[in-house]
Amino acid sequence: MNTRFVCSFPLEDLQRGRGRVTDSSITLAHGSGGKAMRDFVQDVILGAFNNPLLAPLEDQAVMDLQELLCIGDRLAFTTDSFVVDPLFFPGGDIGMLAVNGTVNDLAMSGARPLYISCSLVLEEGLPVDTLRRVVTSMRRASDEAGVSVVTGDTKVVERGAADKLFINTAGIGVVPVGVNIGASRARAGDKVLVNGYLGDHGCAVMLARNDLALEADIETDCQSLAGLVARMLEICPDIHCLRDATRGGLATVLNEFAQSSRVAIRLNETALPVRESVRGACEILGLDPLYLANEGKLAAIAPAERAEALLEAMRMHSAGADAAIIGEVVESPSGVVILNTGFGGGRIVDMLVGDQLPRIC
Amino acid sequence: MCLAIPGRIVEIVDEESQLARVEVAGVRRNVNIGLLDRNSIRVGDFVLIHVGFALSRVDEVEALATLRLLEELGEMQAETAREITEQTK
Amino acid sequence: MKYIDEFRDPEKAQILIREINQLVAQIEACRKLPLQIMEVCGGHTHAIFRYGLKQMLPSGLEFVHGPGCPVCVLPMGRMDDCIALAESPGVILATFGDAMRVPGSHKNLLQAKAEGADIRMVYSPLDALKLAQDNPDREVVFFGLGFETTMPSTAMTLLTARRVGIRNFSLFCNHITIIPTIRAILDSPDLQLDGFLGPGHVSLVIGTEPYEFIARHYLKPIVISGFEPLDLLQSLWMLLRQLAEGRAEVENQYARVVSMSGNKAAVAAVNEVFELREFFEWRGLGSIDHSGVRIRDEFSEFDAEKKFHVPNLQIADPKECQCGEVLKGVIKPQQCRVFGAACTPQTPMGALMVSSEGACAAYYNFGRIDISAHPVVADSERGTAV
Repeated sequence: MNTRFVCSFPLEDLQRGRGRVTDSSITLAHGSGGKAMRDFVQDVILGAFNNPLLAPLEDQAVMDLQELLCIGDRLAFTTDSFVVDPLFFPGGDIGMLAVNGTVNDLAMSGARPLYISCSLVLEEGLPVDTLRRVVTSMRRASDEAGVSVVTGDTKVVERGAADKLFINTAGIGVVPVGVNIGASRARAGDKVLVNGYLGDHGCAVMLARNDLALEADIETDCQSLAGLVARMLEICPDIHCLRDATRGGLATVLNEFAQSSRVAIRLNETALPVRESVRGACEILGLDPLYLANEGKLAAIAPAERAEALLEAMRMHSAGADAAIIGEVVESPSGVVILNTGFGGGRIVDMLVGDQLPRIC
Repeated sequence: MCLAIPGRIVEIVDEESQLARVEVAGVRRNVNIGLLDRNSIRVGDFVLIHVGFALSRVDEVEALATLRLLEELGEMQAETAREITEQTK
Repeated sequence: MKYIDEFRDPEKAQILIREINQLVAQIEACRKLPLQIMEVCGGHTHAIFRYGLKQMLPSGLEFVHGPGCPVCVLPMGRMDDCIALAESPGVILATFGDAMRVPGSHKNLLQAKAEGADIRMVYSPLDALKLAQDNPDREVVFFGLGFETTMPSTAMTLLTARRVGIRNFSLFCNHITIIPTIRAILDSPDLQLDGFLGPGHVSLVIGTEPYEFIARHYLKPIVISGFEPLDLLQSLWMLLRQLAEGRAEVENQYARVVSMSGNKAAVAAVNEVFELREFFEWRGLGSIDHSGVRIRDEFSEFDAEKKFHVPNLQIADPKECQCGEVLKGVIKPQQCRVFGAACTPQTPMGALMVSSEGACAAYYNFGRIDISAHPVVADSERGTAV
């Protein structure tokens, strides 16, 4: 049940052969080491991801260190697993998520993302066409983010042992010389920025599940942030903190900053970019957009004197058109995020205990 | 104790099962309107929605009256403030 | 958003705050402060914290957070019964998300779900009914929670189930009524309340008439209030005016949805399906006469308590837990001996720490640090904030 993309078939067979997966759904045979597996790797995987580092189909991808050294002086390395239901949702799918999730985790160190891996856990019975759509989407996303899928693995598990399709991606990037971003670097006086509308992804996936029978034209914000971060670092090489606001939303990331840096963060509710429809869904379900997941949004903390220039550069970039300065860092109370409500009051924005659940009261 | 949100009726979906399509800031859902007097509501009206049911029509006249009262209160305050500054002159 | 955004206008709020300040000063000249105002409804508690209203108001004005949060007052035994139902073979338990984290004596619904119970979160009881239609070989039990606001919806759902002939659907009825509980609070000997903010959404069903006894017999003023911040401030202003003028009346701030007679069709649906229980157990408050409803015999085929075996055990609240005193306004959440220590949102001991409407959770999440003690540095955008 274990298929390395790089497997024990004679290389020339794979490269020369015309293997095609003709089955309509994934079976245990696609992970069994036989011809079905060879056809699978050749057709579905290599068909989508083919690139010079993957093509040799060795047990590992081998990269040139000298090339990496031209970009920077440190490696960034990360991994993330992707389980989402449904696999396809407005504006995106699990494949796009799997690439951008890892790319963005790399980018948040200031690294230029270069290589990613792709491990698939497939439930037997998964339609092959579904998988093709997913890997095609991964390819498109990796092209857009400027990374290559250079190694991987596939497991097929029995029906019921996994939910359709899980993806793990790991990624490697290189951090440019002099860039030093860390959650503990926020200082009183710094400004807090985001690159656009909050909560789109969480809302889009929640509505796509359709348990709540709500409809709205809300799409995921899933996108690579690598280009945006590169541009931000050109304008302000001394960005203090940077994190993508995925699970737990913006509130969670800012709490992490406040706690690591022993500072307080004050947000202005009126400055928070939230789409009207996301606000509407949140009002109906009693949710707070600050805790909804994003997949293409970052929170940045930067010195106040560069904040306006940074904002302007972000807004010029396609991944930051709706960027905003949403608050600032103050000294106390340490470790706390406070929201100045649009109404003139204030309240603490705490970490969540668990998932936000829709409520009626 | 009970989250209820005003939404606008955009369509009567099914008279028999008393379903109407309601919109809140671009988010749409079918809600049951069986608890409202059917003759008193039409497309475009705002209703208050709680757990998938419309519980009440939102009365625009009353809503505006509330807001107008606050405006008048503000004007009275401004008036008083003016009088006080004039007296102190 | 129409009827929402207009009622969150910060400038109009300042107008009301000025009036409120003046009235509190005027009242202070005649009597000792603080004034204690109970907001009966958990939705109001949530709004007060969400908009940071407390810091905008004079210190002589204190909120006492009332019992109007249906998951907060649900006794542990009922939660255990619900979990037992969810774990019955073949059952799908449908519930509002609010109930998922409420502690039973051993676990909550989230844990029961993790252990294999089929528990689905729904937005509407009608969605639960649809689950039953979509799963004809399963028994769908809907966990019916809430006050008079929610009752008509479950009643309509049972009426629909009967009309359409859906046999694999039943209701675990935990609906409760607010009026007897307000009366119980008013009868409590340690009561120090000066007035009430009345629950707007309950009132749009039952009307304003049922509150008359509060003014007439107990001589306390009450203002039925909406849920937006301007609604709450305006209601407070109306209440303070009553106090300043020595009046005790039922006033209605939320006239855009609440009428004097309420929603007659909703009340009729409730009366057709439900009848008053002799008493119902409230967490922290104990047993209160006629404070809950059950399903009438004519609908017993939809009554989960008759269709299934439920343990129906009474579980005493943890001894250290002071939810009851908080609910009655005798102590403030942070004065409870376990607040923030043994009882936090991660490890809630009492239900007031669970629901986002629960007074303790609201204090813990939004108010445990006095943010007004921390001056804003260079907050030029909104200098009025704190």
